[in-house]
Parts: sequence; C-alpha cells; structure tokens
Amino acid sequence: MSVSDLSRLTRHTDGGRVLVDDLGKRYGGAAGVDAVAGVSLDIAPGEFVAVVGASGCGKSTLLRILAGFEAPTRGRVEVGGRPVTRPGPDRGVVFQDYGLFPWLTVAENVRFGLRQRGMPRRRAGQIADAFIEVVGLTRFADRFPGELSGGMQQRVAIARVLANDPAVLLMDEPFGALDALTRTQMQHELRRLYREAGTTVVFVTHSIEEAVYLADRVVVMTGGAAKGVPGHITEIFPVQLGDDRDVNAVDFNALEREISQRVHAG
Amino acid sequence: MTTPTTGRSAAAGRAALGFGVLIGIVGLWHLGVRGQWVLVFDIKMGFLPEPAQVARMLWDFAFGGLLGDAFSGTMWRHLWASTGRVVAGFGLAAALAIPLGVLMGRYRLVNAALDPAVNLFRPIPATAWVPLVLLIIGFGSQATVFLITLSAFFPILLNTVGAVREVPPRLLEAAQMLGTSRVNVLLKVVVPAATPGIVSGLRIGLGLAWVILVLGESNGIEWGLGSMITLAREQVRTDRVVVGMIVIGLAGFLSDRILLHGLRGIFRRRPLVRST
Ligand SMILES: Nc1ncnc2c1ncn2[C@@H]1O[C@H](COP(=O)(O)OP(=O)(O)OP(=O)(O)O)[C@@H](O)[C@H]1O
Ligand SMILES: [Mg+2]
Repeated sequence: MSVSDLSRLTRHTDGGRVLVDDLGKRYGGAAGVDAVAGVSLDIAPGEFVAVVGASGCGKSTLLRILAGFEAPTRGRVEVGGRPVTRPGPDRGVVFQDYGLFPWLTVAENVRFGLRQRGMPRRRAGQIADAFIEVVGLTRFADRFPGELSGGMQQRVAIARVLANDPAVLLMDEPFGALDALTRTQMQHELRRLYREAGTTVVFVTHSIEEAVYLADRVVVMTGGAAKGVPGHITEIFPVQLGDDRDVNAVDFNALEREISQRVHAG
Repeated sequence: MTTPTTGRSAAAGRAALGFGVLIGIVGLWHLGVRGQWVLVFDIKMGFLPEPAQVARMLWDFAFGGLLGDAFSGTMWRHLWASTGRVVAGFGLAAALAIPLGVLMGRYRLVNAALDPAVNLFRPIPATAWVPLVLLIIGFGSQATVFLITLSAFFPILLNTVGAVREVPPRLLEAAQMLGTSRVNVLLKVVVPAATPGIVSGLRIGLGLAWVILVLGESNGIEWGLGSMITLAREQVRTDRVVVGMIVIGLAGFLSDRILLHGLRGIFRRRPLVRST
C-alpha cells in the first residue's frame, strides 16, 4: 500500500502554519536562566524545517514549546492560526527515545491516539494496519516494543503519530540513537512519507548532513544558557537542491560546509 | 544467547540447588534434636519434635487416619477459614490502597492532604492495634480481617504511590500529544505504567496478611490456622505448633504463586509484572 492510498482512510489535514514570534523561555523563575530569547520563525504549511546548533542552544526547548509541553515566558506561538497552550493531536511528536507504551503491542500503540479521540475500534484498526504496513512492520504488529530493535521502535513511533494525522510533525533527534545504516534508511523513509503526507515538519538534529538531506530550510541556532547568551537563531539557510538529493554531490557538500561553519562560528 | 533448552535445564539446576538446601536444613534439624544441640539465643533443639514426627502429624492433620485425635484431618477446615479472612482483608486493602495510591502519586494536593495521616498511622504495628481492636470490635473474625486490611494497606499504598511517581514523563507526554483526555492519561497510561510496582506492593501486602493472620486469630476464634497454633501453644504441643507454622508458610507461599500466575494469566505476554 502506498501512502497516498491512506488519504482514503484519514481525514488528511494539510500541513499547519507554524508561527513563532519573539519567543523567550526562562527556566527556574525570575532568577533563572534564559534558554532561548528573541526567536522568530514563520513556517509555511507543508514545509520541512530542520533546526541545527550546538548542544544547549535551545533546540529541544523550542520544540517542546511548539508541542505544548512547556509554556513560553515571552512571545507568541501559533500553530494553524491558534495559540499553543497545551499538547494536542494537531502536533504529533516523535521523541529520540520513542516514548512507546511498552505494555501495548505495535498495533495497539499505533491505534492508541485514534481510539483516544473516539474513533471506532474497527476503523482505527484499519488505519493503524495501513500505517504499520507503510513503515514495513506488518509482521511485527502483535509484538511488544521491548521485542523490537531501536530502528523498528522508531518506525512504530512515526506510524503512531502519522496515523493520528497531525498538521505538524515535531521531531527531536528522532534518529539520534540509531546506527548509521538504519539512520540513512530511516531518512529515506521519512522523506518519502513526508512528501506524500503533506504535513509540516520541524526536525531537530545534530547532523547537518541529515538536515540538508531532508529540509526545505535549515535553521541555525547558537548561544545557550551555558554560553551566557540565550539561544537564538543566527541564520536560516534555504535548501534548493530539488527532490532527488545526493549527499555526495558538490552543491550538497558546499551547503553542508557553509552551514557547518555558521554552526561552529557561534 | 541462551536457547530455550539450556534455559530450562539451568532453571532445573537452580531448583535442584534450592531443594538441596531445604533437605540440608531438615537434616540439621533432625541431628540437632537427636543431639540436643543448644544454639545461639539459647535455642534448645532438644525441645523440638523430630522432622519425621512432624511429617507424620502434618499428614494426619491433612488427611487423618494416623493419630485419630481432635486434630486429625482438620487442616482443610482451618485453612479454608484462614484463607477467607486473608482474601477478605487483602482484597479490601488492595481495593482501597490502589486507587488512593494512584491519586496520591499523581496529584500533589491529594498527597499533601493524606501524606501526614499516612505517615502517622503507618508506623503503628498491628500488634499495637490488637488491644484497641479487641475493645472496639471484639474477639473474632471481623477483628482479624480488620487487622489484615490495616497491615496490607500500607505496603500496597506506598508501592503504588512510588510506582505512579516513577512513571516516565515521556509516556505522559506521548499520551498528551496523541490527544488523550486527562482521565484516560490516568487510566490508560499511568495505571498500566505503574502496574509492575503495584504488583510488587500487592505481593508484600499478601505476605503480611498471612503474618498478621496468626495475631488476629489468636483470640476468640474456633477455626483458623492462627487459632490452631495458639491452642497448641497453650497445650504445650510443640509438634502441633510446628505443623501449624509449616501450613501457614506453605499457604503464604502458594498464595503468592497464585497471585503472580493469576496476574500473568490476565496480562498474558504484556510486560506488566516484574520478572523475578
Ligand atoms: N527543564 C529545564 N530546567 C532548567 N533548565 C533547562 C531545562 N531544560 C533545558 N534547560 C536549559 O536550557 C538550555 C537549552 O536546553 P535544550 O535542551 O533546549 O538544548 P538543546 O539545543 O536541545 O541541546 P542538545 O543538543 O544537547 O539536545 C540548556 O542550557 C539547558 O540546560
Ligand atoms: Mg535537545
């Protein structure tokens, strides 16, 4: 089954616009530290934006605020025209450590969100099965997460949010815990899924290659509480390399180098 | 990797080892009684019945036909009466402690309201409750069930609170971003995630229930293993006391197995019980 067939099964929302305006986050009250400050970002519906930057520059903080897990201490965050106040199914999150429910099978994990939102068992099961097939885990539908490899668990996590049909997909180093080979494979799959599902994606990564391979734009953040400067955006690179990207191509490498210099210049 | 076969034979080896130690203990017991050993704490082994005599009496207690006294063949009736009290007390404790523990573990306000009371009552041992219970409830079955409930309640409560607090925040975030309601976050995520810890609490509580049983049944009860032991002590029948101890020990052990396997049967392959 191809992903486009899934549109028959899901409501299939289009990607949502993400608007971040002068965002600031201070942890630990008035005397606390500013993790990020002055972050503004306008992401078009269906756009794929990667966020890169040194450790501690506030990438996860930004993503967790978009997800609604943390409240900003300054500024405005809107998704699909509505202010973000709490987590919600319009914003699917893929965590580095998967966050699967260990007591539920793969199929139960994937249909969890649909069931919680009141979809009848049969239909939720059909949609879940379809997405499990899309990520190639049909044979493992009745296994428990603890019985799967890291790559397989992350596929389950991706199927779980995609089945829930979010307008925005928020991914925080989703492939960070995977070996190089699995990681490359997952990047291919994500690109394929993203193109057909049409969601907006905000993707945090440490790998600039991964960012350039996947994204329409690469956001570079620097600073961070440890550096004495709150994390902020220093530059945004558009990636105009078409749909068929080759990580060994000259223009790919040139852009990768340029972004890398920006990241390390601080 | 261990194949299933080597895994099984290794398990059989460990079981044989444990059984060997048991045989050794019984052997030493036999020699100690024969040789009238005096051990630490001034334990006078000579006052004990021999293992063979206890075995004979245990058989007679269970099936009768050997000694033909008032004691013969009465085990099942004692055991049945005691089991009923344990099940009632333990069940009541679990029914109260699990929901309360989930709420205390999850909601700070509930915890703030109940934590002082819990910490005040928890250190009072069941033995200290006995005089009061006898005065306000009176001798009998109800007092025993009350004491069991009281003793099993706290370990179940504390384990539940701890397990709920240790639910990985990631799982709560995952549930929330999937659109789970607050009630269902509690019922579909917090409770299952805390289940291994809750089960540990249940096992401790059930074990304690059998401990407290003897205390509760030592007053004004005709049928029950505790009353049987109490009577045997009053009659200075060391052999009967030992027989009663063995039956209670076995009952406690078996009830733990039944609880564990019952839960495993319900949960099937779901990883909801700690593997031990
Ligand atoms: N819950 C928190 N309480 C206090 N400080 C925090 C908290 N979360 C993050 N911080 C601080 O905010 C800053 C940004 O952290 P964040 O996790 O967003 O960085 P990051 O860019 O995701 O880093 P990494 O690449 O290592 O994941 C860091 O200095 C961090 O110590
Ligand atoms: Mg991070």
